[in-house]
Amino acid sequence: MQYKAEMFEWTGPAKEEQTLSGSGAAGYWKDVRQRLRGNKVVTSCLVILLLLVAGAIFVPLFSRYSISDQDLSSTNLGWMTGGHLFGTDKLGRDLFVRVWYGTRISLIIAFSAVLIDLVVGMVYGGIAGYFGGKTDEIMMRVLEVVVAIPYMIIVILLMIVLKPGVTTIILAYGAIGWTGMARLVRGQMMQLKEKEYVLASRLLGAGSWRIIFRGLIPNSLGVIIVNLTLTIPSAIFTEAFLSYIGLGVQIPLASLGTLASEGITSFQTYPGLLIIPAVFLCVTMLTFNLLGDTLRDVIDPKSKE
Amino acid sequence: MLRYIVQRLGFAVLTLWVLITLTFVLMQLLPGDPFVGDRALTDSVKNALYAKYGLDQPVYIQYLKYLGNAVQGDFGDSLIYTGRPVSTILEEAFPFSIDLGIRALVFAVFAGMLLGITAALKKGTGWDTVSMIIAAIGISVPSFILGSLLQYFLALKLSGFTNTQFGFRLLPISGWASEQHKILPPFVLGLSSLAIIARMMRSSLLEVAGQEYVKTAKARGLSMPLLVTRHMLRNAILPVLTILGPLTASVLTGAFVVENIFNIPGMGKYFVSSVQTNDYPMIAGTTLFLGAFLIGANLLVDLSYTLVDPNIKLYKAKV
Repeated sequence: MQYKAEMFEWTGPAKEEQTLSGSGAAGYWKDVRQRLRGNKVVTSCLVILLLLVAGAIFVPLFSRYSISDQDLSSTNLGWMTGGHLFGTDKLGRDLFVRVWYGTRISLIIAFSAVLIDLVVGMVYGGIAGYFGGKTDEIMMRVLEVVVAIPYMIIVILLMIVLKPGVTTIILAYGAIGWTGMARLVRGQMMQLKEKEYVLASRLLGAGSWRIIFRGLIPNSLGVIIVNLTLTIPSAIFTEAFLSYIGLGVQIPLASLGTLASEGITSFQTYPGLLIIPAVFLCVTMLTFNLLGDTLRDVIDPKSKE
Repeated sequence: MLRYIVQRLGFAVLTLWVLITLTFVLMQLLPGDPFVGDRALTDSVKNALYAKYGLDQPVYIQYLKYLGNAVQGDFGDSLIYTGRPVSTILEEAFPFSIDLGIRALVFAVFAGMLLGITAALKKGTGWDTVSMIIAAIGISVPSFILGSLLQYFLALKLSGFTNTQFGFRLLPISGWASEQHKILPPFVLGLSSLAIIARMMRSSLLEVAGQEYVKTAKARGLSMPLLVTRHMLRNAILPVLTILGPLTASVLTGAFVVENIFNIPGMGKYFVSSVQTNDYPMIAGTTLFLGAFLIGANLLVDLSYTLVDPNIKLYKAKV
């Protein structure tokens, strides 16, 4: 008798409830792609992000104004006046180009900070989780100390010592921010290294580094991506916070955080100066948060924050 | 149990030491000389000043001294408020911060849990959506923006309106005196923590709801309120408790901003002004004080957690 696929009926858990544990990278990603297709939240988040990134790159490039062009004859203009879409600030600088430039700086800071997180966290967590034992013990103790020190305090101290600026914010955030990623990767390593395919590749003579970087990390990629998406708004928030207390990006540069905190000072008379950067800031953070949450539900249904 | 407490205690001390050392190193790295001011000093005066502040001694002696002083809570004198020890300033400012912080945290925990429980029990309905939208706003709007906006619209505009129409002010604009002053700042400060707690509570409760023992209890005919309060909440609440430590940290650092907006004379306000005026002893002192406080708070959260959860492995408290 011939067995055909149609003859069988699925009696396990409903298809969409199956967990996507890392069995075969290709199948896993195909599965994820299928789940993501048609997900309205993910699609709209990605569209908004694309618009933000495109605007951040191109608006300052093609605008008639630059971020530091002052025009003292047309200061504090309102919406759509004098050829300025969003008006101007107290020095007559065009708010439209400044907000887009601010978005660019905020995104650059967020992406670079997250990249540092990723590299340091992955290497640290990867080594600790893979080798285990004494190495893991020591590395986790060190990590615990870093975690126990309130990170905002260290970031502020670093900013004072290193002189405020874009690179400093990135470095300061990166110096502290990697711990979450390291823990995550370590947990994944500990789980995955017991799998058969690791044993198989070791049997075939693969070295530790090859197993970590070719076998284990690609399989933890889903959780890592989710974590990264959720780290970006936290980096943007940190930058805005630092800007507010005067340790942010320095003039002539401006980030969304500095624009918003500048706007606060003249909010009562010129509300647009606060509201426009604030809307950009909040939309950016909200989009990344929503995207991360949704991705987490899709990629990694079992995980808890 | 005792062994666990001693272990955590030792760890807290170690962390504190790292923090003090780090602060010392960073302060050493600062460019400039404390006595390069507007007045030119002769060498002999300069040397006398160096000797007075112990700056003529080798770095390791300075370090040990610093360590000893810091442990005793002596952080030196403020450079801006001349002659006033940092510790005195902190002593005066701390009660305001702790009052604000506790109110914010209590608000965040209770309102957040309520929101999360509502969302989980009414999953998929409008309640769920509204709760999660509130939570999304809470984590996406920085407190300095939220604070400024609420201060303007509620405290200035709305209260101004009630003042002229009905003769009473709804909410004061700034300060920290009457109970009315203590409504808006804790709300602003607590909102992001509220959002985090609400989301965690929701997912934790949903996970518990899928467990076998809940199904069994339901099948046995237990009423919904009893099921929720007796069985589900008890188990769902534990993961939420674990983040109380980090939340305390974020509330206390968030207070830097909120105290500035609402003009509350707490530590945060001093800290921000000391950052802006390069008052280094003040910066270092506040950092250490806040760090020590948070490390202590974390220790307490850790220890209380072991009391709540009988399952926790006391002796192998690994990450």
